[in-house]
Amino acid sequence: MSVSHANPNHSDLAGEVCDMHTETVKNKPQASANQEAFVREHRRHHHQVAFYRIFFFLLFLALWELSARLNWIDSFFFSSPSLVAKCLWGMILDRSLFLHVGVTLLETIASFLLVFLISLLAATMLWYSQKLSEVTEPYLVILNSLPKSALAPLFIVWLGTGSTTIVVAGISVALFGSIISFYTGFQQVDSEKITLIYTLGGRKGDAFRKVILPGSIPIMLSTTKVNIGLALVGVIIGEFLAARRGLGYLIIYGSQVFQLNLVITSILILCVIAMGFYKGIQYVEHRIKIQLKM
Amino acid sequence: MEKNILELKNISYSYHSLHGETKALDGITFGVREGEFLALVGPSGCGKSTLLSIIAGLLPAEEGTILVNNPDGSLRYPRVGYMLQREHLFEWRSIYKNVILGLEINHMMTPERLEYVNSLLRDYDLEKFRDKRPSELSGGMKQRAALIRTLALEPQLLLLDEPFSALDYQTRLMVSNDICRLIRRTGKTAILITHDLSEAVSLADRVVVLSGRPATVKKEIPIHLTLQDDSPLAARNAPEFNEYFNQLWEEMKI
Repeated sequence: MSVSHANPNHSDLAGEVCDMHTETVKNKPQASANQEAFVREHRRHHHQVAFYRIFFFLLFLALWELSARLNWIDSFFFSSPSLVAKCLWGMILDRSLFLHVGVTLLETIASFLLVFLISLLAATMLWYSQKLSEVTEPYLVILNSLPKSALAPLFIVWLGTGSTTIVVAGISVALFGSIISFYTGFQQVDSEKITLIYTLGGRKGDAFRKVILPGSIPIMLSTTKVNIGLALVGVIIGEFLAARRGLGYLIIYGSQVFQLNLVITSILILCVIAMGFYKGIQYVEHRIKIQLKM
Repeated sequence: MEKNILELKNISYSYHSLHGETKALDGITFGVREGEFLALVGPSGCGKSTLLSIIAGLLPAEEGTILVNNPDGSLRYPRVGYMLQREHLFEWRSIYKNVILGLEINHMMTPERLEYVNSLLRDYDLEKFRDKRPSELSGGMKQRAALIRTLALEPQLLLLDEPFSALDYQTRLMVSNDICRLIRRTGKTAILITHDLSEAVSLADRVVVLSGRPATVKKEIPIHLTLQDDSPLAARNAPEFNEYFNQLWEEMKI
């Protein structure tokens, strides 16, 4: 069977397969000149994007450093790349960096995993019981739109100042939106697919395991991407108020003692952590998609 | 004449909403003989699918009964295989995993049944595609895979809810030909819903004509075609074909 890539509208006759995977292109022994040109252009585009990303970052650092050195900005308030580097080096030498970063990372990952588990469980229960979902709907909506930082002082009073409070703060920020997204995802699965399970003699549990769960993986992945960011927000809010360790604590401490180098260094570390989380989730998503051939 | 294995007596069903009730089925009565291929035709929206859902046991009838008349005298409801309009193969499963879905759900993954599934895959030229994803198959192949998924449970009664309606005309003729031949060969009882009158005449042993909503049985027309070879494609050339077609057409019009 020959596959025509120029004409995707081939007729849909029985016995004919539409194999439009890119692998077939790679496996071809001799690519045409146009194909090579296309691949070259594609690579060039990606190299350009990567180049400009790094270029603007370096440009920003250079301008920042220059304006601090030339006293266009006050480096006491705005710091400078060299001061940040010095601050970072100091924190590496006295090992405090690893403690604070480690604490924030652990608390965020713990909140994130708990959010995933709790919202999966809750959304499952809501899916099983239409009545429960209707009863709880207004509560979920209110809890989701409530600014969670308003709850943090309560958590401190109830749970004290420790990692528990901070993990709970992290959970509270991401949880309700996550439950709503998971449940919405479950509901969006084609109801005829559920009927199909019933025609095959299955029950509600079979419909959940064979259709709802696997059918909602894309929406669960995208919710997860949002959740990791929200968990980090919650953890930092918690550390602002109730911690002696962690990057949130460093930021508050630095601002109180007017060590703005410390504040800016911590914020930059947070940027790196956020990027690391994003890349991590992206990798997991990629693996799952390969596994499921999605 | 063979016995009715199922007898529908005065089946009625209404849909309820706060705005009132809509009667979908009104006193439907007919029988299904063993090994018979029965076609249900009627205007669209007349409640044909509702009737099939009731026969399949997915919906309880509001009024009326379904009598079971097994050849062995037992009162067990026959195992029903239901084919929906769309094939609904799951993209996250390979074709093989899709066709054994029913076996998986019913915990019937015995070597004999898996061997039966394999033989069906061979019969329907899908063996090469067993590890492919549904999106890699053509419409006709997907429909055949859906049929194998239904047959894997070895149903005694097949319910077909316009299973060919989503296919293009050429594929539709081929797939309906295939499916009909298989049903005839295995002697299964089947009820087919269709609004394509020529499909009904060419496939069925008997056509039950339903009226518009609420559906009642308007007429039962036994189909006898003089044929050399018993395939639906050949049936379209039978001398009586046009006569039956016109008769159905007249029934549907009134």
